[in-house]
Amino acid sequence: MNLLGKLSWSEIPLHEPIIMGASAMMILGILSVLGWIVLKGYWPYLWREWLTSVDHKRIGVMYIVLALLMLLRGFADAIMMRAQQAVAVGDAQGYLPPHHYDQIFSAHGTIMIFFVAMPLVIGLMNFAVPLQLGVRDVAFPTLNSVSLWLTASGILLTNISLVVGEFAKTGWVAYPPLSELEFSPGVGVDYYLWALQISGIGTLLTGINFVTTILKVRAPGMSYMRMPVFCWTAFASNLLIVAAFPVLTATFAMLLLDRYLGFHFFSVGAGGNPMMYVNLFWIWGHPEVYILVLPAFGVFSEVTATFSGKPLFGYRSMVAATMAICVLSYTVWLHHFFTMGASANVNAFFGVMSMIIAVPTGVKIFNWLFTMYGGRVRFTVPILWTIGFMVTFVLGGLTGVLLAVPPVDFQVHNSQFLVAHFHHVIIPGVVFGAFAGYTYWFPKAFGFTLDERWGRGSFWCWFIGFHLAFMPLYVVGLMGMTRRMQHYDVLSWQPWLLVAGFGALVILAGIACQMMQLVVSIRAREQLRDATGDPWNGRTLEWSTPSPPPAWNYGVLPRVTERDAFWSMKQRARVTRDQPAQAREYRPIEMPKNSPTGFITAFFAVVTGFALIWHIWWMAALGVVGAFVTLLVFAFRDEEEIEIPPDEIAQFYRRDRVEAAV
Amino acid sequence: MSVAATLDEIRNEAPPSRSDTGPAPKRIVVAYGFWIFILSDIVMFSALFAAYAVLVRATAGGPVGAELFSQVTLAIQTACLLASSYTCGLMSLAINSRRRTETYVLAAITFVLGTAFLALEIREFAGMITRGATPQRSAFLSAFFTLVGAHGLHVAAGLLWLALLMAHVAIKGFAANVERRLRCFALYWHALDIIWVWLFTVVYLMGVRQ
Repeated sequence: MNLLGKLSWSEIPLHEPIIMGASAMMILGILSVLGWIVLKGYWPYLWREWLTSVDHKRIGVMYIVLALLMLLRGFADAIMMRAQQAVAVGDAQGYLPPHHYDQIFSAHGTIMIFFVAMPLVIGLMNFAVPLQLGVRDVAFPTLNSVSLWLTASGILLTNISLVVGEFAKTGWVAYPPLSELEFSPGVGVDYYLWALQISGIGTLLTGINFVTTILKVRAPGMSYMRMPVFCWTAFASNLLIVAAFPVLTATFAMLLLDRYLGFHFFSVGAGGNPMMYVNLFWIWGHPEVYILVLPAFGVFSEVTATFSGKPLFGYRSMVAATMAICVLSYTVWLHHFFTMGASANVNAFFGVMSMIIAVPTGVKIFNWLFTMYGGRVRFTVPILWTIGFMVTFVLGGLTGVLLAVPPVDFQVHNSQFLVAHFHHVIIPGVVFGAFAGYTYWFPKAFGFTLDERWGRGSFWCWFIGFHLAFMPLYVVGLMGMTRRMQHYDVLSWQPWLLVAGFGALVILAGIACQMMQLVVSIRAREQLRDATGDPWNGRTLEWSTPSPPPAWNYGVLPRVTERDAFWSMKQRARVTRDQPAQAREYRPIEMPKNSPTGFITAFFAVVTGFALIWHIWWMAALGVVGAFVTLLVFAFRDEEEIEIPPDEIAQFYRRDRVEAAV
Repeated sequence: MSVAATLDEIRNEAPPSRSDTGPAPKRIVVAYGFWIFILSDIVMFSALFAAYAVLVRATAGGPVGAELFSQVTLAIQTACLLASSYTCGLMSLAINSRRRTETYVLAAITFVLGTAFLALEIREFAGMITRGATPQRSAFLSAFFTLVGAHGLHVAAGLLWLALLMAHVAIKGFAANVERRLRCFALYWHALDIIWVWLFTVVYLMGVRQ
């Protein structure tokens, strides 16, 4: 019995200069940031105000910070793949050996979906939904912190795999039988599975939290049909999380049982059924697409209405389209594998459903266009992302309708055409949406706007870079190039892949612009300061509170009387401008106490995950017990809430007269 | 007084709708959130049920359900679990009327019945394993052990939770948060019954008919 399970010094890939270089950079980065925090004495502040915070706004900000960091990691993978495919033709083997290249494309997909796109949309929902609903926090604030830190645990495990051991070489979907122990004996698939199981629990808890919040915790008068569209899309997205993520958990649990205990769910022998994994995976996977894209649609709706100075066109049809997508997303999963060999009728059904689901999406596009039509559109950075999205996404959606035709799908299945298609919907849909939301809500979170010039630069680099990087992939896909190729022999593909590589560099410039934008904006924060709390002339409630909002969001919960609540308040305030603003009476506010529960539980989750990956059973038991005891201590706590006295609230608003003025 | 404000007053004369009252009280929010959790748990079970349904005939030459399941054990198990749900319901009534001793007694009965259920299930599993019907034998048995075992794990977790809750009652009495958790526990325990009814039907009744 080995005390350290499968772990030994030989598991650290010392002979691989690329991996070691990347690891050294990562470790150096982490150490220098930690060192800076300790030296500057920021640690107590960080612990008190952020790591143990249960405030939905701070949790939202932390999600987005995590996502942006992981975007760099995922993008580094992307640029390595582009570089490899640009050179590895004919006799040239490129610089990445197959076993390394396979890990890179697997890590790229896993990271981009689970650790970039998910935290981005969950971060935006965390930040904006309670503010838009006019309430003080989500339904379960401490649970929210647990969700955040469990997501961070998954991220940490994925990054540890870079240094210790390896990551999956199976693609981000980890289809069996390849992902079974027989064909993937290493720890790569185990890293993948445990990282996603742990972060998946966090995501599920987020889903439960937000469904409850949106249905049960709203400001007085905020009826369903008065909710901002972003809240509706967040609601649909979280419903999907609740209904889809448990399927992923169960599926991964089955694969884990196969790998750890020799069960036969997906194995090739003893009656196992690998295609069952593929079905179950996509029963989660297709709703997941909409989990990501629906909140982005919500952001676009808010941005379009705000910067057109008009109420959203067709609010009811927008809500109906959102909920239609929510339901229909469960009826299309099989289009991810038409080639499975199901009967023609089955394929026809899923093909038709895939085309039908394009209809509500089309409704949304027209609603945004009609919102802009006749409005006075202000071309700020968020609206640029929105227009860029509409132009790009329509084309990407059309190639999706093409792929929904089973005979076409048989031709281009698993080709670069497919790779081009899903990047063509996810990048404009989710990434542009998240960036629009990031720029739009940044002044609310920090009290100053982001620099416009660098923002525009970033948009144009991303927009142009995206087209350069992915349009060539449609072409090589039609020329017969399959996905995930470390090396190829067809010389005529290379020019297209060189263009794609150049496109990736242009996107890199876009990312650099975003970093510069952040630096420049923080330096010039005094000039960019927004004292009104409403820099964009907004329509929804979050703009009625100061920026950054106090911990309690609203001194007095707003009373909502119609849709676009803040807009109508502003209209009314114009009528009553002559009246002196009446002094408000504040009641004491109960706020949930900060709690290290999430952080400590997540620490033990990492310990457990790492131990299970390396078969260190005593350590796994220790981790489980640790997490359990942490939750027990939390359950037996005496004080749940702190009370903020009315004086303190009144004092805050005397300093900041925003809310009082409305 | 502005025109808009006057208009507001007129509108407010209509009976207030539910969304006019603002955030729901914590008691409702907690129970509601727990309902959503239970739904998600049922979704997870539905994936396991689907896997079982796909693999039920994939016995790979090994034993089939009809050779393995004992209907007598099953009847006792079901009786235990359903009876424990009944005593759990009685416990909720005792909590509502703040009768502490009665709560303890009923919790103890619930606990014993749940433990009996679990013991019978473990005995069934052990018996199957000694006869060579291990989860590694065939895909059917993998799915069987996982599906039934997942329910068993839920029961075990429920028992642990019940014990902790009684410790809570002993320390803090029927504090508001303890009462909310007891309510959630009752929901959880009844939900396990619903899943058992499905297991009973899909796995055992349909299994012995083969």
